[in-house]
Amino acid sequence: MLSLGGPAREARLAIAFTVNGSAKSVDVPETTSLLEVLRNHLGLMGTRYGCGLEQCGACMVLVDGQPVFACTRETGTIAGRSVATIEGLGTPDRLHPLQQAFLDEQAGQCGYCLSGILMSAKALLDSNPKPSRAEIVAALDRHLCRCGAHQRIVRAVERVARAA
Amino acid sequence: MNAPLPGSLVDNPRLDRWIHFNEDRTVRIASGKVEIGQGVVTALSQIAADELDLPFERVRLLSGDTEHGPDEMYTTSSLSIEMSGGSIRLVCAEVRAKALDRAALRLNCSPDDLTVVDGQFLQNGEATGQDYWTVAGEIDFTQPPSGAAKPKQADAYKIVGQSIKRLDLPAKVTGQAAYVHDVLPRDVLHARTLRQPNPGAALVSLDEAAIRRAAKGELQIVREANFVAFVSPVESVAEAAAVAAAAHARWDHLRQLTPAHEEAAWLEGQPAEDRHIGAPPSTTAPKNPVKITVSRPYIAHASMGPSCALAEFRDGHLTVWSHGQGMHPLRKNLAPALGLPIEAITARHLHGPGCYGHNGADDAALDAALVAMRIPGKPIRLQWRREEEFGFEPVGPAMLVTLHVDLDDKGRPADWTTEIWSATHVQRPGSGSGYLLATEALTNPPPEVKPTDPPEARGGGGTRNAVPLYDVPAHRILHHLVQRGPVRTSALRGLGALPNVYAIEMLMDELAARVGEDPVAYRLSILSEPRGRRLVERIAELSGWSARGPSGSGKGLGMAFARYKNKAAYCAVAAAVTVEEIVKVDRIWCVADAGLVVNPDGARNQLEGGVIQALSWTLKEQVRFDAHGIASRDWDGYPILRFSEVPEIHAELVDGSGSTLGVGECSCGPTAAAVGNAVAHALGVRIHDMPLSRERILRALA
Repeated sequence: MLSLGGPAREARLAIAFTVNGSAKSVDVPETTSLLEVLRNHLGLMGTRYGCGLEQCGACMVLVDGQPVFACTRETGTIAGRSVATIEGLGTPDRLHPLQQAFLDEQAGQCGYCLSGILMSAKALLDSNPKPSRAEIVAALDRHLCRCGAHQRIVRAVERVARAA
Repeated sequence: MNAPLPGSLVDNPRLDRWIHFNEDRTVRIASGKVEIGQGVVTALSQIAADELDLPFERVRLLSGDTEHGPDEMYTTSSLSIEMSGGSIRLVCAEVRAKALDRAALRLNCSPDDLTVVDGQFLQNGEATGQDYWTVAGEIDFTQPPSGAAKPKQADAYKIVGQSIKRLDLPAKVTGQAAYVHDVLPRDVLHARTLRQPNPGAALVSLDEAAIRRAAKGELQIVREANFVAFVSPVESVAEAAAVAAAAHARWDHLRQLTPAHEEAAWLEGQPAEDRHIGAPPSTTAPKNPVKITVSRPYIAHASMGPSCALAEFRDGHLTVWSHGQGMHPLRKNLAPALGLPIEAITARHLHGPGCYGHNGADDAALDAALVAMRIPGKPIRLQWRREEEFGFEPVGPAMLVTLHVDLDDKGRPADWTTEIWSATHVQRPGSGSGYLLATEALTNPPPEVKPTDPPEARGGGGTRNAVPLYDVPAHRILHHLVQRGPVRTSALRGLGALPNVYAIEMLMDELAARVGEDPVAYRLSILSEPRGRRLVERIAELSGWSARGPSGSGKGLGMAFARYKNKAAYCAVAAAVTVEEIVKVDRIWCVADAGLVVNPDGARNQLEGGVIQALSWTLKEQVRFDAHGIASRDWDGYPILRFSEVPEIHAELVDGSGSTLGVGECSCGPTAAAVGNAVAHALGVRIHDMPLSRERILRALA
C-alpha cells in the first residue's frame, strides 16, 4: 500500500481499484483527485495536468472504459472500478496501433495534449471501430491542442479505423 | 578567406562546448536552442550526422544545458536552424577534418585517402582500425574552430532533407515522464504561489491561519515582502492553500483598468517613443490617398500546461530544471535576483507544453528557486495554477496599424506610410526591458526600465513585417512604441508580423478592388521578387483562384502572402470560408519556400501549426481585463480553436535552394490576412479589427 506523505487526518480506509489491470490501493482522502493519485502516488506521470477544470482534456483517462477527466474525479468514486491510463495503452517497445499511427503521422508538436487525446480515441474505437471522420472529430472535441496538430491527430485515428 | 563565423560560434568558441565523443561510440552534440515541440532536436541531429558521416542513431543531442552546452540566448525568431544548425555544421566539419588529419598521421597516408563510414575511417574501402573515438583524445577540443574546414555541399546530404521521425515523440505518445512537470524526486516538496496582482501592489495582510485551515495538511508558508509561496509534501495541500489565499490576502496599490484598456484603440494617444524608419517624410500633398486601419487585441500564449520548474539548493549550489526558451539567459537572470554568483547556478532544460514565445516558464523557475533557497536540501517542484498561467504570463501586445498610401494614376502605391501603435513585444529578462516576475514582489524591486523593442536588424517587434515586399517607390514607418501598457507584454510567435501582414494584405485586396482588378493579378503587377511571385502563382493554382465566385455570396476565397521578417521563409496562404453569423473556415492552402529544408515533414508540421494557431487568434482570441488585470483566466474565458473548427489544410513546400530560411512563424501572418480577405469576399464588407467575432460580423452585416 502506498501512503500519503503527511499524517492521516481522519480515520479512513484505503481505496482499492485497478489501474491498467493491476490491483492498487491508496490511502488518501476520498476527495483527492484521481489525477493526483495517478501521478504522485502511483508514479504514472503520463496523465497530464492542464487546467483542473474539465476544459482541456489533457488528463483524460478511462474509468470502466469511459473517458473521464481525472483532474476533478474524486478518487473515492473510483473504488472497485477499473482505470486505464496512457501507460497501459502501450510502451515504446510495444506500441498500441493508435500510438503507432500517431508516430506514423507525426501527430503532435509539444505533445502535452496527446495522452488525453489517445485515451479518448481508444474509447471511441473500442465502442465504434470504424468511426467516420465526423465521429472522430466529435469524440475529440472536448480536447484542446494549442500547437495545431489537429489534422494529423484526426488522420492518425482514421488510419487505425481504416485498418480495423 | 573564410566566411564570418555564425554569432553562436563567436560567443562559444571552444569546440568542446558543441561536441564530445562518448565512450559508447556515440557523439554528444550540444545546442543552446531547446525543443519546444518544433522538432529542433531532431533537425540539429540530422545536420550533425550528415556532417560527421555518422548514422543518425549515433548522435545524442544535448539541448539547453549551462554546464556543458553553448550559450545561444533564447530559442526564438525561427533562427535555430540558421544559428545553431550553422554552428553545428561548421564545428562538425572542423572536427571531421581534424580527426582525419590525426588518423592519416597514424596511417602514414593523406587525409584525402580516407573516407568515413559509420564513424570509421576507411582507406580504399578497407577498415583501418581508426575512427573518431580512437583519435578523439588527440584533438584539442579547447580550441576555437578555425573555420578552415568546408562543410558539405547540399548535394552531399543524405540525412538532411529527409523526414526523419521526431526523436521526442515516442515518449510523448506513450505517456513517459516527458516534461519537467513529471519529475518527482524523492522528498520533493510541492509549491504554489500567491501572486502579487501587479508590480507595486503591496500585501497589507495575509491570514495565514485561515489558509492553513483551508489547506488541511502539512504546510510551510514562504514569504518575502510581496512574494508568497505555499509548500507541502502533498500537492493538493499546496494547491488548496494557494486557492484559498486569494480570499485571505489584502492588497494595496492595485492597478486600475477600464474596459477601454483591453482594446487596441486605447493605444493611440498614449505616451510613446516615436520612431521614424525608412523614407523621409513626403514633401508633396497626396493626390490619391487611401487609408486603412486594422487592429489586433492582446492575445495569450495559452500553453496547454501551466508553467512549472524544479529547483534544488544544496551545498551552496542551485540547480534549476525549466522549460524556458534559454537556459543560459535564465541562469544569468536568476543570479542577481537570488544574490548568487552565476557559477553557483546550473540551469537545465526539460520539455514543457508548447510555449510559442515568452510565457511564464522563466518566472516559474525563479519562483521555484526562491523557495529552494529558503528550504535548502529539498527539491522544490513549483507549478503555476491554470488561472495563474492565464493571469500572469506576459501576453502578446495589442496593435493598431494604419496604412496611409498615395496611389499613382494606375492605382499602384506611390508613397506609403505605415503607422504602428504597440507596447513592447519583448520584455524577456536580460534581452528586453523586463524582469523575472517575482523580482517585482521582493523587498527591493528592480527599477522601472524604459521599454525597448527588438531592433529592425533582428526583425523588429511592432515593426516586424511592416515593410511590404511589393514594389513601392517610397515607404516609411512611424512606430509609436507605447511606454506603459495596461499589462505585461512580451514575445508571442511572430511578434508584430501578424497585424502588419494583415494590414498590408487587406490593403492589397482593397486597392485591387478600386481599380477593378483581380487581387492575385494586382499583387503580381507590383511584385518583382521572383520567389514571392512563384508562391503567389502557386497559391492561386492550388486554391482554384481562377474559378473564384462573386463577392457577397456568403462564401469567400481569400489569399495573402509575406516573407517572415522579410528575410526568413516565404509563405502564401489561401482560405475558403463560409460566413453566416460566424466564420467557418472550410479549407486552407499553404505554400512556403524555406530554402534548404532539413526535415520536410517537420517543416510542414510547423506550417500547419502556424495556420491553426493563427486561425484561432484571428477568429476567436482576445485577452479580457477586469478592473485589476487579466480576467480571462480559464479556457471558457479564453476559447481557442477546437477540433470541430479546424479546416482541412494543405501545406506544401516548394523546392527550395540556398540557405535554410526559418519556417516556424511564417504561416501565421498570411493565414490571418487570407481569412480576413476571404471574409471580405464572402460578405462584401471588410472587417478590419480582429478577432472576426460574431459581434463584428453581425455589425458588418447590419
